[in-house]
Amino acid sequence: MTAPAPARDRGAAPGEAGGTPALHRSTDTALGTIRRGLRLSPEFARGLGLTLAFAVAATAGKVIVPVAVQQIIDRGLVPDGRPDLGFVTTMVAVCAGLLVVTMVCSYLMNLRLYRATESGLATLRRKAFRHVHDLSVLTQNSERKGALVSRVTSDVDQISTFMQFGGLMLIVSAGQLLIATVLMAVYSWQLTLLVWICFLPLLFGVRWLQRLLSRAYLKVRERTGEMLGAIGETVTGAAVIRAHAIEDRTAERIDTTVHATRTAQVRAQRLAMAVSPFAEIVAAVGNAAVVVAGVLLGLGGAITPGQLVAFLFLMTLFVTPMMMATEIFNEAQNAIAGWRRVLGVLDTVPDIADPGPAGRTLPRGPVGVRFEDVSYHYPDGPTVLDRVNEEITPGTRVAVVGETGSGKTTFVKLLTRLMDPAEGRVLLDGTDLREVAFASLRSRVVMVPQEGFLFDSSLGDNIRFARPEATDADLTTAITELGLADWLAGLAHGLDTPVGQRGESLSAGERQLVALVRAYIADPDLLVLDEATSAVDPDTEVRIQRALDRLTRGRTSVAIAHRLSTAEAADEVLVFDAGRVAQRGRHADLVARPGVYADLYASWVRSSA
Amino acid sequence: MVSDDSGGAAAVPPGMFRRGMRVLWVAIRTEPVVFLVATAGASLHAAVTVASASVLGRITDDVILPAFDSGRTTAAALATAAALLLAVGLAKALGLAARRLYAGLMQYRMQARYRRSVSRAYLRLPLAWHHRHPTGQLLSNANADVESAWQPLAPLPMAIGSVFMLAVAAVAMVVTDPVLALVAFVTFPVLAVANVVFQRRVAPVAARAQALRAQVSEVAHESFDGALVVKTLGREDTETERFTASAHRLRDAQIEVGRLSAVFVPAMENLPNFGVLAVLLIGMHRLAGGAIDVGDLVQMSYLFTLLTLPIRSFGWILGDLPRSVVGWDRVQAVLGAEGAMADGTAAVGGSGGLRLSVRDLAFSYEDGYSADPARPGRDLADTPGTDAARTTVLHDVSFDIDPGRTVAIVGPTGSGKSTLTTLLMRLVDPDTGTVSLNGTDVRDLRRGEIARTAALVPQTTFVFEDTVRDNVTLGADIPDADVWAALRLARADSFVAALPDSLDTRLGERGTSLSGGQRQRLALARAVVRRPRLLILDDATSAVDPQIEAQILAGLRDTDLAATVVVVAYRRATIELADEVVYLERGTVSDRGTHAELLERSAGYRSLVTAYERAAADRAADLAAADTAPAGTPPGDPGDPRTDDADTTQEIAR
Repeated sequence: MTAPAPARDRGAAPGEAGGTPALHRSTDTALGTIRRGLRLSPEFARGLGLTLAFAVAATAGKVIVPVAVQQIIDRGLVPDGRPDLGFVTTMVAVCAGLLVVTMVCSYLMNLRLYRATESGLATLRRKAFRHVHDLSVLTQNSERKGALVSRVTSDVDQISTFMQFGGLMLIVSAGQLLIATVLMAVYSWQLTLLVWICFLPLLFGVRWLQRLLSRAYLKVRERTGEMLGAIGETVTGAAVIRAHAIEDRTAERIDTTVHATRTAQVRAQRLAMAVSPFAEIVAAVGNAAVVVAGVLLGLGGAITPGQLVAFLFLMTLFVTPMMMATEIFNEAQNAIAGWRRVLGVLDTVPDIADPGPAGRTLPRGPVGVRFEDVSYHYPDGPTVLDRVNEEITPGTRVAVVGETGSGKTTFVKLLTRLMDPAEGRVLLDGTDLREVAFASLRSRVVMVPQEGFLFDSSLGDNIRFARPEATDADLTTAITELGLADWLAGLAHGLDTPVGQRGESLSAGERQLVALVRAYIADPDLLVLDEATSAVDPDTEVRIQRALDRLTRGRTSVAIAHRLSTAEAADEVLVFDAGRVAQRGRHADLVARPGVYADLYASWVRSSA
Repeated sequence: MVSDDSGGAAAVPPGMFRRGMRVLWVAIRTEPVVFLVATAGASLHAAVTVASASVLGRITDDVILPAFDSGRTTAAALATAAALLLAVGLAKALGLAARRLYAGLMQYRMQARYRRSVSRAYLRLPLAWHHRHPTGQLLSNANADVESAWQPLAPLPMAIGSVFMLAVAAVAMVVTDPVLALVAFVTFPVLAVANVVFQRRVAPVAARAQALRAQVSEVAHESFDGALVVKTLGREDTETERFTASAHRLRDAQIEVGRLSAVFVPAMENLPNFGVLAVLLIGMHRLAGGAIDVGDLVQMSYLFTLLTLPIRSFGWILGDLPRSVVGWDRVQAVLGAEGAMADGTAAVGGSGGLRLSVRDLAFSYEDGYSADPARPGRDLADTPGTDAARTTVLHDVSFDIDPGRTVAIVGPTGSGKSTLTTLLMRLVDPDTGTVSLNGTDVRDLRRGEIARTAALVPQTTFVFEDTVRDNVTLGADIPDADVWAALRLARADSFVAALPDSLDTRLGERGTSLSGGQRQRLALARAVVRRPRLLILDDATSAVDPQIEAQILAGLRDTDLAATVVVVAYRRATIELADEVVYLERGTVSDRGTHAELLERSAGYRSLVTAYERAAADRAADLAAADTAPAGTPPGDPGDPRTDDADTTQEIAR
């Protein structure tokens, strides 16, 4: 049995927390889903008629041998029982020729099918991949990353399996049954009826079995997911497990899930194989019935001996489709589910969209920012930003401070248009952010998030991500300008240092340094820093801070600060409290007045200075 | 980023067949009974299949043709024919059921067995080993590799049954007519050869497609993981190009697989049909010569039709074998990995805080290793261009800490602080030197003793997919009151109380997710609930708001926990809580003393700890200077045209 690849969250509903902008869930019918799915990849339909014609020809080839057997028995033997060798030779030659033709048709059909489906599915992958990136951060985060990945990988693979195997088998099987039935009916309608009476119950049984089976497979996937999760903890939680010596308990938990998986697999296997023995028994009953009825019919001259033998050959064409049926239905179901999930991505309208060709381009130069009556609340959530009206003059360096949950991160996300305000407007140089073309926005406004994500590549490539045309010399200059030349010199392979998956060969602090350089080399007019130096030591932080002070001169910068040393260095401080800007001004002034900022500062001083 | 043109590495290794057979033999030896039942079922099915052709031939000769010739038949003849056909069908069904059920059973049992072994190995192997292997690789060892190692077990009984079937069929054919048997002896070897050629040709291409499929997934994973960076830098187009290139390589490889199948599969399916035509042609000549009768001819033709599928089952095994061997090798690499830490038998004596002594400690790692215990490093083999050079992290580290004292470990980024904490907990062993708890070398302590007496709170911790309670107790039998007390001490009680199911709320990827600061506090509760005699905090409150951190530290000081505390910290408040400071620089103890003493005599320490104050002072000076001489020339970036008008928008004078 080939249990479909375990995808842990297939069909699960993450992000069910009310109202989060989760991915669209398709409610199309099975047929509607297939129709829309096929339309998504125009490559599928291209030349489909010819491919189907080849498929019909290839399938028709299956009856060549039974017909040859019948012809030779009935007409190859002259009445005295001696063979008519001339007729036999001609017959065999013709049949061999026809076999060659069907083989060629089969080759062409397969080739065209693979070309069309693979090209179509590559298009589908690309569309879905691009769409995921077009979705807003909020929507992206409503799904687990693994679940998003499976929409462009395993979900598409399931469609591919169906198109190249299950779907093809479905067509071939249907064709095979049809052609065999037609030929049988030509020989004898009574026997044909008999054969169908034998096989029909099996066909219904298969459908029923398949429903049980798809439930059993679902169980297998769920159990496998749990098992892999448990085994995964021994790897990702290796340090904690050792530090607390909970190896035995962990092993027990794994054993439980491994056992549950095996039980589910064996149960599914029992159902999956059940149809084959039944098909054998039905075929035997059919064979016996055909022989008995055929001989009796033959006595009345309604059928020739060759036709009767050919019947027995043709009945083998009935058995394979029955044995394959559960597998085919199962694949069809998986493919439809796969299409549904891919469509779910494509049907999700990006809530933060590029204004398109109508989008405006911001002129270069320091950016001014204005928040006009801006409020924000997460869908169905409490208000996190409440009618904020603030203006940031071009070229100012602003620090944003506040306790966890005060709204400072939301402020920054609205400023970089990772989210749109629920009410009010955010304006850059007087233009509503929603009207600014993405290309212009992303080149002028660059944010350095707290977790500096790096790609599994070299240090230099990661910095170059922001500006692909930058030379190594450009990179070195940028690093030196940020006061990080010593750090670079300390790396054994310099710019060629591999950073590892997600940059994990570097320390958290070093990752932040790379992210900073990357943002700097993008040369933005508005630089937004979200606690971008939280993991580096104070000495280095202060050094970077100084370099940034110098380098952001002439640009606007907004920095969320966890350590208030950043606020001390800023031109202005925005103090957030409960979704509003509670205070605003220079550090020196704010700290002298009683208020939120003075309190924050006092506790910061107590803890670090 | 995933490199562009790998994926061709999966050629078929030499000696594949023999090695594959050896893997299968392991399974047969492990599950002999299940294997025998499956093989017996397969053989029964095979024998009956051959017999069914013979039955058909007899029925043609003895029942059908006489009836048609004479126009008469007997009920007895018909009943015998029907009974024979039914008996054959039943026997076939029985054999088939036994074969498939037990083949599956064998496959799943072996999978389960090896998944257990692999995860046992993960638990046994030291952290240093984990650091050398990427997470994704270890997960696929336990999943995909175990699966593909035992994949050929599913068609194995059928293939063995097919050998048996071929032997029986050969005998049956020779007995029926040696001349017609020759047709089979030509046809079936040709079919077998075509099969082997096909598998040989398709295996590397299929393996390549498999590798490319993994690559498509890797690219997508990485790109979605970095979605925020992609978005904020506006790189969606280039990322889509990178993904599309990867998807197109997969497409081309798949089409190549399809092309090979399109050539070989129809050929293999039709080869027996040509055989039947040959049998008919030659058979009619034999019939003319009186050597055989019509029944023999029908039997031979039918046999050809029936033998097609079993012969192809060899192909399925051949197709699975290369992946099986590769999977097996990978699994064996895990199971055979050495370096489990040996435990001693000693116990930590006494009660109350532990005495900690560190003597001449040195530690180095191969490049590519990650110092952060929560983040596994890269496998060196995967990183071209790196020679396995070792980087020294710690050397000549010696210090003692008296019971009940609180000592801060301070040092710049990369000075080896985190590594030191993992050595203290014996998560890794040093190259040289010793760590002792109450005078006993940690390597001589019995298994689990360190975890019973000491607790480490790392900077980033791991949250199990389980309830809050379980994440704190880790399965130990601890009353809820104590759990709450620990959460209170870690200032985690209020957010836990606010969770939907309080202590019973499920956490982790599929449960509620916690913020970095919340996770840190949970990890702290996890440590203090065990009432450790040595508590090691590795920058464990870095993501917590300063105010809350202050409360936590005050709470720790006032608690009745009689523990020795080692705390890695940057924040001055944390450092000042300590009785003493050990200052690390470039992997060794540079100085040791009270905060005041170090401030006095260690330049490096002073520079690190007073960085913020100095920065503030410098700024005050700058400001004073700026007031007297406003709008000084901005340093740097002369090539940037925007600096021209920068000054005008600069300082907002107040």
